[in-house]
Amino acid sequence: MAKVIGDIVIDIERCKGCEVCIPACPHDVIALAKNVNGKGYHYAETINDKCTGCANCAIVCPDGVITVYRVKI
Amino acid sequence: MEHTLTKEEIRQEKNLVYKKTNVMTDNILSYCPGCGHGTAHRILAEVIEEMDIQDITIGVDPVGCSVLAYNFFNLDMQQAAHGRAPALATAIKRLFPEKFVFTYQGDGDLAAIGTAETIHACNRGENITIIFINNGIYGMTGGQMAPTTLPGMKSSTSPYGRDVQMMGNPLKITELVAQLPGTCFVTRQAVHTPSTVRRAKRAIRLAFEYQSKNMGLSFIEIVSNCNSGWKMTPRQSNEWMEANMLPFYPLGDIKVPEK
Ligand SMILES: Cc1ncc(C[n+]2csc(CCOP(=O)(O)OP(=O)(O)O)c2C)c(N)n1
Ligand code: SF4
Ligand code: SF4
Ligand code: SF4
Repeated sequence: MAKVIGDIVIDIERCKGCEVCIPACPHDVIALAKNVNGKGYHYAETINDKCTGCANCAIVCPDGVITVYRVKI
Repeated sequence: MEHTLTKEEIRQEKNLVYKKTNVMTDNILSYCPGCGHGTAHRILAEVIEEMDIQDITIGVDPVGCSVLAYNFFNLDMQQAAHGRAPALATAIKRLFPEKFVFTYQGDGDLAAIGTAETIHACNRGENITIIFINNGIYGMTGGQMAPTTLPGMKSSTSPYGRDVQMMGNPLKITELVAQLPGTCFVTRQAVHTPSTVRRAKRAIRLAFEYQSKNMGLSFIEIVSNCNSGWKMTPRQSNEWMEANMLPFYPLGDIKVPEK
């Protein structure tokens, strides 16, 4: 069976740490970092390799800071 | 199941499925973290990119938090006096009927100070698209009560909740303009979850398609959060919106063109 794997890139300096992407992800890939960015926001980061590249997180991100990749293997 | 591709192998141009559209500029949005204005801007910009109409689209932005929207769209934009965006858009569309013209307005702008402009542009059937962000409050000026504030909802000018006996009833202006013969498409959407974002984007696309066919005015309400004004975190505000705003402002099409 074909399997898809994905990955996201978060522009952490533009992320405002709003957490709206977190409940949007069906695979609990995203959490807020302990560290903060230059603006003082706890930015979003990936915490596991379960991303399928569905782009749910990216389309709900108000600041449009998530880029999504997807490969069929 | 573990896979063997490295992140570098996945993150290649050929595998790209989503990135920020170039119809948005690279300026950092002035909105609070988690505010629906940013998501609404982005899907509007994506529709313009997908229809390849960036060079022939003119936007009109309001007074309110989105007063600076001209900094965020890579488009020709005009900024209207408070509430007057539909009048300005009317002029632009009549001068340039071949352009796509939209307004982007909050509920204070569209449903309070701009009620007359809104209703008359709708009633005249101007061939424009109105995007109406309803967050139930005046966001920019500090969370004052708006015509859209729910019964019992707290705001800085209704600290004990909106008392409809004293403060009047909320105005469902979207249902109201649907009654007018000049509107061809009237719908209520939201942008807080993946599925609502997808539906809202489809509605914006339809509105622009109707505009290209000169079918009259399309009116798209987007129920959104004002987490700062509501004094909640972004996630709480989206949950509160679902539990309280959406029962009063139900999502879906209110008027669609006749086949
Ligand atoms: C003629 C005029 N009256 C009042 C104001 C003050 N004012 C600025 S923004 C605003 C309300 C904005 O609320 P809304 O349209 O709901 O937009 P939001 O900020 O919530 O996105 C008001 C009353 C003004 N700028 N101009
Ligand atoms: S693309 Fe889908 S699976 Fe991957 S992080 Fe975003 S929401 Fe989660
Ligand atoms: S939705 Fe966007 S801005 Fe908000 S935390 Fe996620 S990546 Fe950051
Ligand atoms: S005040 Fe409210 S509407 Fe304005 S940017 Fe902040 S959350 Fe959004």
